[in-house]
Amino acid sequence: MRNYWTIVTRELKSYFSSPIAYVVIGLFLAISGVFFYLLITSFVQLCMRADVQAQMYRMAPPKLNINMMAIRPLFHNMSMFALFFMPLITMRLYADEKRSGTIELLLTSPVTNLQHILGKFSAAAILYLFMLLFTFVYMLLLFIFGNPELGPIMTGYLGLFLLGLCYIAFGIFFSTLTDNQLIAAISTMVFILFFYVVGWLSGLVGPFLGQFVEKLSVIEYFNDFSKGIFDTQNVIFYLSFIFMGLFLSFISIESARWRGR
Amino acid sequence: MIDVRQVTRYFGRVKAVDQVTFQVEKGEILGFLGPNAAGKTTTMRILTTFLPATKGTATVAGFDVHTQSMEVRKRIGYMPENPPLYHEMRVRDYIDFVAAIKGVDPRDRKRAVAETMDKTGIAHVSDRVIKTLSKGYKQRVGIAQALVHNPDVLILDEPTVGLDPKQIIEVRELIKNLAGNHTIILSTHILPEVSMTCQRVMIIDHGRIVAEDRPENLTRGLTGSHRIGVVVKGPKKEIQSKLSALKTVSQVITSETEKDSDTHHFLLESVADEEIRPQVAKSVIENGWELYEIKPEDLSLEDVFLHLTTKE
Ligand SMILES: Nc1ncnc2c1ncn2[C@@H]1O[C@H](COP(=O)(O)OP(=O)(O)O)[C@@H](O)[C@H]1O
Ligand SMILES: [Mg+2]
Repeated sequence: MRNYWTIVTRELKSYFSSPIAYVVIGLFLAISGVFFYLLITSFVQLCMRADVQAQMYRMAPPKLNINMMAIRPLFHNMSMFALFFMPLITMRLYADEKRSGTIELLLTSPVTNLQHILGKFSAAAILYLFMLLFTFVYMLLLFIFGNPELGPIMTGYLGLFLLGLCYIAFGIFFSTLTDNQLIAAISTMVFILFFYVVGWLSGLVGPFLGQFVEKLSVIEYFNDFSKGIFDTQNVIFYLSFIFMGLFLSFISIESARWRGR
Repeated sequence: MIDVRQVTRYFGRVKAVDQVTFQVEKGEILGFLGPNAAGKTTTMRILTTFLPATKGTATVAGFDVHTQSMEVRKRIGYMPENPPLYHEMRVRDYIDFVAAIKGVDPRDRKRAVAETMDKTGIAHVSDRVIKTLSKGYKQRVGIAQALVHNPDVLILDEPTVGLDPKQIIEVRELIKNLAGNHTIILSTHILPEVSMTCQRVMIIDHGRIVAEDRPENLTRGLTGSHRIGVVVKGPKKEIQSKLSALKTVSQVITSETEKDSDTHHFLLESVADEEIRPQVAKSVIENGWELYEIKPEDLSLEDVFLHLTTKE
């Protein structure tokens, strides 16, 4: 347990002593901020137009739902940004240790594979959690100037967090496969994108295969979260996805020992 | 302290280490000497549990490197060929991190880190970021990293490679000062290095041990006899016949005459393990010739090495 925390702390410090973490967090917040602004302004315009129409026809103004019309698309956008930014956070975790040779220190110290894999995973997860917490400031603005529902926001964040952990787990796996950070990042993005588009493919492979293929689509599960639905099945899907990524990392590190890297 | 039996390691079809067997006693410094790709690094990686052996067993301090690897890791300090440094960290933080993962008790850690930095001469750069250090200092940080948990066994893979001559001497001194408290294995492809630092040498080539002895025994030649060089002024023929007639001299190997002079250089070989210098000196003086020089001309480690690692 102590080893685990030692690894977590070192990784976190290391993130903040390189520019990449600041750049990634900064860009993530900036782009999310721009989309927040665009979605909110278009929502406000929509409300005003609806008001004007209602007055013209002498009707009560319709109640437009900010959760459905602005926050939910924002969650979807953020899940997409995370797909591109998280691999940049995880790419160094093993690839850089291999390139610089510190892997020889790590793997000849009395630290188990489980301890360092979970340590690195947790460090990236904590960084990601901070990214999400910062975006919560945007949501607070909505609470100050409007009255969105809290429930869907919370499930949305939960979904976003779990989704991000999936990216991290597989980002770690791809990082164990190479000593080149760029290759690790790009293969992670391609791999996760595949799980995104698999949902669209399900229509093409026929109804029988389609029902299985659909089950693989990462975004299907996220839809529920973003709508405010909390379903343990979705949580279990994400947890197994995460477990899979970490398990493959474990296998990859062990098999590299036997092959000789 | 270290017991290696019949260890073999393949990489695909390549046999990097071939049935290597050796032991190292507590407190001993053993040198691995061999050309590039001889299998030195692979052998060390097996001992440090970084790589598993394909066949054979190895134990360190009584623990098997494969089945009890965590116990072995606690007792080994390892400096790989490239020092395993996190370049963005400060020296002190780095050594402290290594102490933590090596299992140094948190209460002792501060002291252990400070002591190690003193011992390796990096205390005055402890607040520097590692990537700003010179190569020699990076090497020292690499050695400090291997030492911080006061391991029984130290494994140093080419600790002086890539350093300038002054740094090389400093690092060698450092290693010699560590002897006694730790059992040390170091590898090198530089011959004089082993005779300067090690008590015992193992010459490795193509994954096999081709010779193993104390450096001075290896250089004594493969026949067990000594060689000496003598420089004498006098009649050449006469000197040569007198010298070869000595009981303990088995042969005069070469004789050369200096240009335009009466001074001759002889290379003599002794019978078995006899010391022949006093008799040679006496014979020269008694005959009234002038003795200019007399010195041992044992095979250099280079000769031994070439002899053992060059195939006909
Ligand atoms: N990870 C590896 N994968 C494939 N072959 C390797 C690997 N490591 C070493 N070898 C091969 O094993 C042999 C011994 O290498 P090594 O132990 O590094 O020698 P040395 O340290 O004496 O220079 C070489 O032929 C080398 O190419
Ligand atoms: Mg080597």
